[in-house]
Amino acid sequence: MARVKFLCDADRCIECNACVTACKNEHEVPWGINRRRVVTINDGKPGERSVSMACMHCTDAPCAAVCPVSCFYTTADGVVLHSKDLCIGCGYCFYACPFGAPQYPKVGNFGSRGKMDKCTYCAGGPEDDSSPAEYAKYGANRLAEGKLPICAEMCSTKSLLAGDGAIIAEIYKERVMKRGYGSGAWGWTTAYHEGIAV
Amino acid sequence: MRTYLSHIRSIIFTLAILTAMAAMPVLAQQLGPDGAPNPTASVVPEHKLLQQSPRIEGRIDIPSERARVLMQPAGRQWDHFHEITLHWLGATVIVGMIAALAAAYLIIGRLRISNGRSGRKVLRFSSFERFSHWLTAASFVVLGLTGLNITFGKIVLLPIIGPEAFSSMSEAAKYVHNYVSAAFVIGLALIVALWIKDNLPRNVDIDWVKQGGGFIRSKHAPSGRFNAGEKLVFWFALGAGAAVIISGCLLIFPFYVTDIAGMQIAQVVHAVIAVLFIAVIIAHIYIGTLGMEGAFEAMATGEVDLNWAKEHHDLWLEEQLAKERLAARSGQSSAVPAE
Repeated sequence: MARVKFLCDADRCIECNACVTACKNEHEVPWGINRRRVVTINDGKPGERSVSMACMHCTDAPCAAVCPVSCFYTTADGVVLHSKDLCIGCGYCFYACPFGAPQYPKVGNFGSRGKMDKCTYCAGGPEDDSSPAEYAKYGANRLAEGKLPICAEMCSTKSLLAGDGAIIAEIYKERVMKRGYGSGAWGWTTAYHEGIAV
Repeated sequence: MRTYLSHIRSIIFTLAILTAMAAMPVLAQQLGPDGAPNPTASVVPEHKLLQQSPRIEGRIDIPSERARVLMQPAGRQWDHFHEITLHWLGATVIVGMIAALAAAYLIIGRLRISNGRSGRKVLRFSSFERFSHWLTAASFVVLGLTGLNITFGKIVLLPIIGPEAFSSMSEAAKYVHNYVSAAFVIGLALIVALWIKDNLPRNVDIDWVKQGGGFIRSKHAPSGRFNAGEKLVFWFALGAGAAVIISGCLLIFPFYVTDIAGMQIAQVVHAVIAVLFIAVIIAHIYIGTLGMEGAFEAMATGEVDLNWAKEHHDLWLEEQLAKERLAARSGQSSAVPAE
């Protein structure tokens, strides 16, 4: 089994937000929930870069560690998933997440956030693969169909890469070598305890 | 006037030239040798940005301050606090306090009323005072248990009752914790209003400490309505209570006042103060029930035995008896027809 990861090549991201839209459409994500988002750093200034960010499916995922009801689990591919049946909506995963990935359907006063929702790496949840119950709670299970996450698959500039961590790191390295620059694999050190040395 | 203006003008001009000269190397870096823009020259890499500030923030179309934060590695530190530091601190403080009290019970034993019960009762706490105390106490126990469940439940309870039952219970406990907190706020406010006057430090408190605080049987520790130990519990409850209430309000209305760092700090404050509070209150419960004969009835019926009061709150008893005598005398005088 491969260890799957996300990699956003910020030098290629054109901030089109198609990954955000495709994700919302693929999983019929409710209003107000953004499993993926694009943040622009130094907007309008020299060195502006946009980064598409979602759950990075961390190594030693902090969300899983702090969850008071232990509703998270990691698949054999290294995808961090959770059970909405067990989630109590306490919000702790949002405090622990370095990437702001956990989302909640409601505002959350007096603990009324509702069940947490986040990027599943298009891998569904604990229910049977591609079952209607799984789709209703977690969205499509593309991984079970042998497909990669929709956000990366349809990225027009191939800025967002998904797949075997070793392979996408190699692709990124080649790009940096060829074009002569790269602003780094955003979030990799925090998520996977390793950067990509070029 | 004219020369003054021209002076300023020349200063501005010189400054402009100096700034332009200083900016030249930056401009040069932004353009490659062939004059084309160098796409990496001005990019600040991730690790540099994180050195400048603990979070990387940018602009985003989503109207949410939270979504603007691209990265906050501090989440991992908060995870470490919550899973390692807090577990050890909480377990050490609470189990340590229980062990210390068990040792105290085995070594010192129950503090008896030295001269036995007199059979005469003195009113120590009015029904409203007792209501305020028990409102605070009951809500504290509920908040303490539901709070401990969030931190220790998955270690202690989850393996016993299973994930489904534990999850349902924890969700209910979360709502109980959030709503019962209101009762604690009211209870604490009442307690403070009722007792702050009698808890102000007095000279007799030093003497009370010098005489061993009533734990040394051969010595008598003088005290007013509240002894120095009780005063410490009062002021601790006031300080810790205020801290958990403020941090709790920040947590109950997430992201209204604070950002992500503020939420993490609020949780750390809430958790650390709460485990210390629980440990102190366990000691308070011990001394009020098992640890001392005649103490619990003060909060149960409101009346204490005269000999208990003489032993533990002599100055207060004198005042009470003096008041009683005065009331009796004025009662007698008013009973006499005013002729």
